[in-house]
Amino acid sequence: MNPRNTWIICQKELKGYFASPIAYGLMAFFALICGYFFYAAVGWFVFQSTQQMMMRGGAMPMDVADYVVRPVMGNVSVIGLFLIPMITMRLFAEEKRAGTMELLATSPVRDTEIVVGKWLAAVILYLAMLGIAALNLAILFLYSKPEVMPILISFLGLALQGAGLLALGAFISNLTRNQIIAGAGTFAICLLLWVIGWTSEYEQTTFSKVLAYISVTTHFENFAKGVLDTKDVIFYLSVIFFGLFLTVRSMESLRWRA
Amino acid sequence: MIKVEGLTKRYARNVAVDNISFEVGKGQIVGFLGPNGAGKTTTMRVLTCFLPPTSGTAEVAGYDVVQQPMEVKKRIGYLPETPPLYPDMEVAEYVEFVGKLKGMPTGDLAAKVADACERCHITDVRKKLIAKLSKGYKQRVGLAAAIVHNPDVLVLDEPTAGLDPEQRRETLSLIRQLAGDHTVILSTHILPEVEQTCEQVIIISKGQLKAIDTMANLDRRLRGAEIIQVEVEARQGTLGRDTVQQRLEQVAGVQRVTFREAKGQRLAFDVEGTSGQNIQPDLARTVVAADWNLVELHAAGLGLEEIYLQLTGAGAPANQGGAQ
Repeated sequence: MNPRNTWIICQKELKGYFASPIAYGLMAFFALICGYFFYAAVGWFVFQSTQQMMMRGGAMPMDVADYVVRPVMGNVSVIGLFLIPMITMRLFAEEKRAGTMELLATSPVRDTEIVVGKWLAAVILYLAMLGIAALNLAILFLYSKPEVMPILISFLGLALQGAGLLALGAFISNLTRNQIIAGAGTFAICLLLWVIGWTSEYEQTTFSKVLAYISVTTHFENFAKGVLDTKDVIFYLSVIFFGLFLTVRSMESLRWRA
Repeated sequence: MIKVEGLTKRYARNVAVDNISFEVGKGQIVGFLGPNGAGKTTTMRVLTCFLPPTSGTAEVAGYDVVQQPMEVKKRIGYLPETPPLYPDMEVAEYVEFVGKLKGMPTGDLAAKVADACERCHITDVRKKLIAKLSKGYKQRVGLAAAIVHNPDVLVLDEPTAGLDPEQRRETLSLIRQLAGDHTVILSTHILPEVEQTCEQVIIISKGQLKAIDTMANLDRRLRGAEIIQVEVEARQGTLGRDTVQQRLEQVAGVQRVTFREAKGQRLAFDVEGTSGQNIQPDLARTVVAADWNLVELHAAGLGLEEIYLQLTGAGAPANQGGAQ
């Protein structure tokens, strides 16, 4: 894999995002929802602490990390599930529809370089969106002293989760030339990977444990608590690898399927 | 420069290209001719490493398209039927992007981009968004992108499809200028374009190679079967059809005379001469000597079209514009 080629593709893709309203639209929606969740979480925190003050005549120690950071990050992770399809749906479907895939496929760049370049651009856009969430949390530091490490870890978790889902989204976008289908398919997968662990809350069978393991949000819970577990990191890394691998394979199949 | 041997491409149910072999020398400009669905695009896609051949081999600039696709891709410029453009890019930005993709060093990239734009006459729209361009300009942007890395081989799939006559003429003259430095292979189903531009013609139909020859040779082959149309009329009274036919058949070099039609007093005949012999003067003299009026005498306007229709075995309208 040639990093120069990967970067050329990535740059082109980023320009595509930022030269069109896509990036700005997504970031604006994200900022809006994220801001609301943050506002609600802080509001709840303030309400709780004042109530405790009135009832017990003195404030119980309440942790900003538990009451604000964790719920906000949990919500951000779910919003991510909704926005990821919108980031990835055009990646390959649009190139196929417009015929520009023919340009890429007849240029001296490898399929891996194309796939990784495009995925990287999607990840960068996603990270830019996380930056907005970080901006919200930064306000906390003005009024309190939350621990930094757990917050960083939960951002790492968000980034890994996003990167994994973006890789899956890239794969689905490579399967069709229709952006709507690519978007809907990715959305279905994201949603499924979110809810698939729910059965494990009342069942303890092996099957539901497996389902819980597959769920992307189960693995995020540790990150949100500020716990860095290699098991979760490896899970996300393997989702990334799996998604990109499938995408490259799907690119190759264009040739013999055509 | 291009060497294709026994190339076959089979899709699920049909054979798109069936056992085609041909060679193209350096600096030549070759017309790839055939009706829609003949397998032109498929052959080009194999040459550009977009599709692998089912069997057979293809070599571009000495590299095999299956074994060394990266080397082939570096040396080939390809303009597909619909130019692969990104509408939200500016013209110069796009050409530069393609240059980078082709692995050009960044050092002189800007100069090369400017040069390609200049050669394709798109310098005046360099800063425009591609989405805002007319079809003719888009085609030229695609062409500029195909030549920016100065490829050995240029593959152009119907470069004039959908252009108006003026744009078509410009594009063709541009392509003619490009030959020499580059080996050009261009596909079309528009015959006059090939006659104007190409030195060599490859005719395919239903996936099979029907003819491969130089324009000059095809022309000569054509002369062999040249048909001369003669129209005569009596100076007075009426003229017997058979009398005229017999007299014309006696002219030296005439192979066959067929009666075509009678237009009032005038009788029209098709006279087929022997290959390589100019029988027109003798025909004229004979008619005049017989004291008839020679109303018309001319070589039928045969062109590539006749050969094409004969070879492709179709009465397909040949100069129908547009692509499928």
